[in-house]
Amino acid sequence: MNRFAAFLDRLAYEPGRNAKVRLMADYFRATPDPERGYALAALTGALSFANAKPGLVRTLIMERADPVLFALSYDYVGDLSETVALMWPAPPAHMRPNHAPLLSEIVEGLAETPKRDLPARLAAWLDGLDDTGRWALLKLITGSMRVGASARLAKTAVARLGDLPPDEVELVWPGLTPPYADLFAWVEGRAERPETNDPVPFRPVMLAHALEPEDFAGLDPADFSAEWKWDGIRVQVVAGRGEDGVHHVRLYSRTGEDISATFPDLAEALDFSGALDGELLVRKDGRVQSFNVLQQRLNRKSVTPRMLKDFPAHVRAYDLLVEDGEDLRERPFAERRVRLEALVARLGGVDPAAARLDLSPVIPFADWEELAAARADPASAGAGPDADAVEGVMLKRVDSLYVPGRPKGPWWKWKRDPHTVDAVLMYAQRGHGKRSSYYSDYTFGVWSAGPEGDVLVPVGKAYFGFTDAELKEIDRFVRNHTVNRFGPVREVTHGPDEGLVLEVAFEGLARSTRHRSGVAMRFPRIARLRWDKPPREADRLEALEALIREG
Amino acid sequence: MRPEDLLRPTPRGLHCPVGDFYIDPVRAVPRAVITHGHSDHARAGHGHVLATRETLDLMAIRYGENFAGSTQAIAYGESVEVGRVRITAHPAGHVLGSAQMALSWRGLTIVASGDYKDAADPTCARFEPVPCDVFISEATFGLPVFRHPPAATETAKLLNSLAVFPERAHIVGAYSLGKAQRVMALLREAGHEAPIFIHGALTAITAYYETQGIPLGDVRPATGASKAELAGAVVVAPPSAITDLWSRRFPEPVTAFASGWMRVRARARQRGIELPLVISDHADWDGLIASIAATGCSELWVTHGAEEALVHWAGTHGLKARPLHMVGYGEEEGEDTPPAPESEAS
Ligand SMILES: [Zn+2]
Ligand SMILES: [Zn+2]
Repeated sequence: MNRFAAFLDRLAYEPGRNAKVRLMADYFRATPDPERGYALAALTGALSFANAKPGLVRTLIMERADPVLFALSYDYVGDLSETVALMWPAPPAHMRPNHAPLLSEIVEGLAETPKRDLPARLAAWLDGLDDTGRWALLKLITGSMRVGASARLAKTAVARLGDLPPDEVELVWPGLTPPYADLFAWVEGRAERPETNDPVPFRPVMLAHALEPEDFAGLDPADFSAEWKWDGIRVQVVAGRGEDGVHHVRLYSRTGEDISATFPDLAEALDFSGALDGELLVRKDGRVQSFNVLQQRLNRKSVTPRMLKDFPAHVRAYDLLVEDGEDLRERPFAERRVRLEALVARLGGVDPAAARLDLSPVIPFADWEELAAARADPASAGAGPDADAVEGVMLKRVDSLYVPGRPKGPWWKWKRDPHTVDAVLMYAQRGHGKRSSYYSDYTFGVWSAGPEGDVLVPVGKAYFGFTDAELKEIDRFVRNHTVNRFGPVREVTHGPDEGLVLEVAFEGLARSTRHRSGVAMRFPRIARLRWDKPPREADRLEALEALIREG
Repeated sequence: MRPEDLLRPTPRGLHCPVGDFYIDPVRAVPRAVITHGHSDHARAGHGHVLATRETLDLMAIRYGENFAGSTQAIAYGESVEVGRVRITAHPAGHVLGSAQMALSWRGLTIVASGDYKDAADPTCARFEPVPCDVFISEATFGLPVFRHPPAATETAKLLNSLAVFPERAHIVGAYSLGKAQRVMALLREAGHEAPIFIHGALTAITAYYETQGIPLGDVRPATGASKAELAGAVVVAPPSAITDLWSRRFPEPVTAFASGWMRVRARARQRGIELPLVISDHADWDGLIASIAATGCSELWVTHGAEEALVHWAGTHGLKARPLHMVGYGEEEGEDTPPAPESEAS
């Protein structure tokens, strides 16, 4: 556990994706089974550790520490698990465990410890661990560990042990269970590929390239089929009967994470056998709701009946990968589409309006101009009341096979032109990793009437969109125009005649009670630096509010 | 007779009315006794300075030869009479030349320990507990969450990161007097023989350490070194330089920071540190209470840091204790101030 904890701690400080993968691969290489397997399970969320409440942790420390010293320490550190981990007193020598517990002992121990024995067991483990080990154990057991490493990265690191593409690990993953000795044996070339007898495995997904204006020259409209690009969550729905005769339905995110538990309402409604690709949306009152509504459901930790009723989940299907055991991925898109349409018609049942699954319609077009017109106005080009949830169009070559990854050519995404607003830079914060020496996170505001005249109210934060050269320019501006500092944040000059105007592009707007301005931007980024524009000419909050009303 | 008759806190620093001198005064005074060379304890412009030879040398390096009207060196174990007060110097284990100053008068002994640590350090003499009536302790890390791991485990962390990322420069932020040289000495103890590159601000003090018989191996200026040389190398720099313009020249830098403050994750995160190294020049909580107990003192005075916690601890252990509320310490580049989330390029 101490070694695993030291690794987790290092991982949590590391901002870079590639560096994270290397740290994980290095750990897996150097750690024996079953330790590394349980570590992999912890990183991929396959272990549920949340056995203890913060109250128990507090009780344990109060039995061992002076309450005043604990209060002063907690106040300073600001995190319960960390405070307890750091100040946990070493037990007297004769009571010290003779070895530090391993992660595997803790995982197996938790499974067999009755609730009433948990405090004593936990205390004994804490006695045996070093401070980082205690920190990790307390974080895991109270369910508050965030290491910022996704399951996908961990699998990529495992694949690297055997120089395999990450998708190979993804393919066998659904049939495996911790501590994954068979997986490690295979990637290290010591055993055959593990057989998966999972009736509902994940298939690595195919992704589209963003279409740039210059790409059109090489594309023939006749080769493509178009459909709406929905602003939801890409999911893969896999259903089938296992050897046990039970019908399983599983929902995967596009990275292969099993998200079925979050959407029990869908699993019940999807009675078919195969794998289909589609968009998870919230559909209510006969229309698809915006991403902000979907987000409200995603933000909830537990699934309540109320939530199922208020935010009914829906899948809008656009591809069929497998049907009744037949793999369709080697067939052209046009053929898969016909099979998909037939499947959805069959599942639609008597009341299509109530169905949890429907078809993403094809957009008819003769040339690029016609498609551009549809993209500019989805509501009158067939999307109707669902137009709010459209963020562009997808182009798929009718002869495209379903290839995992992001091959260039067969699929394109063509997003709608984003909205833009001219805003004034108000605060800047240092970035992370390679950018840690630059001020690269920007808070910007627009004008709004205040009791003593116009003031700037912050409306969003952007971290990208600028070029490296622009980053340096903004960074220089920040350093030379700092008026205030709050920890890592600098406030910069921002008045009617002095300041920097940023043209900010964004995908959508929503009302927000968490922002002082009352609006929240979706996906904001810096489109241009407007050195030419005096801040007094930047946009007003009223303009943003009008956009919300139009939407 | 009360201890305050021998030594009392004043806005200029601890004043001894019997010998008419100040200990580590924060403003210019006629007579100063200085515990160690950190700039918040050792200031220029005093009439007369009594300190160890090393502290006097370090002050001359920082402020120029004429940093005081006159100077007098005192060795560890040596006593000097000032008025009717006898001052004896003892190692404080903080940085090269750091001394605890024991003041004796009419059978009463007060030890002003300056900054100290009880842990071993290859770059300075080890702390010795001095029997006394009143012990004056700093409380920089005066909370029970501060328990510094052995320095060798922190060095191992750095060496392990170098092994995993052999193409990245590892920039270690370290205070320029003491910490920087200790980090280099620890790396050498751990068998790291490659050249270590240093920021220009460390050159003079590092060279001085070497003249005092502290070998630091192959140390080179970072300025002018090629990217190829810096890949996979350790670069030591003052904390203010590690996340600023200066660090941009290095290949994919990993930013490390060697400080007791790195024990608390939020502190490391605030500064954007990727590799926190808990290496401190101050005693940790266990070290403070063990050192205080070892002096056998009946009264404890607590100066800069988490005074409240240490005073509370003393009260629960039958020790008379008072906070001194001294101001002016830890304001410059020493470890006794929590690192600011960021600082300007230097
Ligand atoms: Zn000091
Ligand atoms: Zn100090």
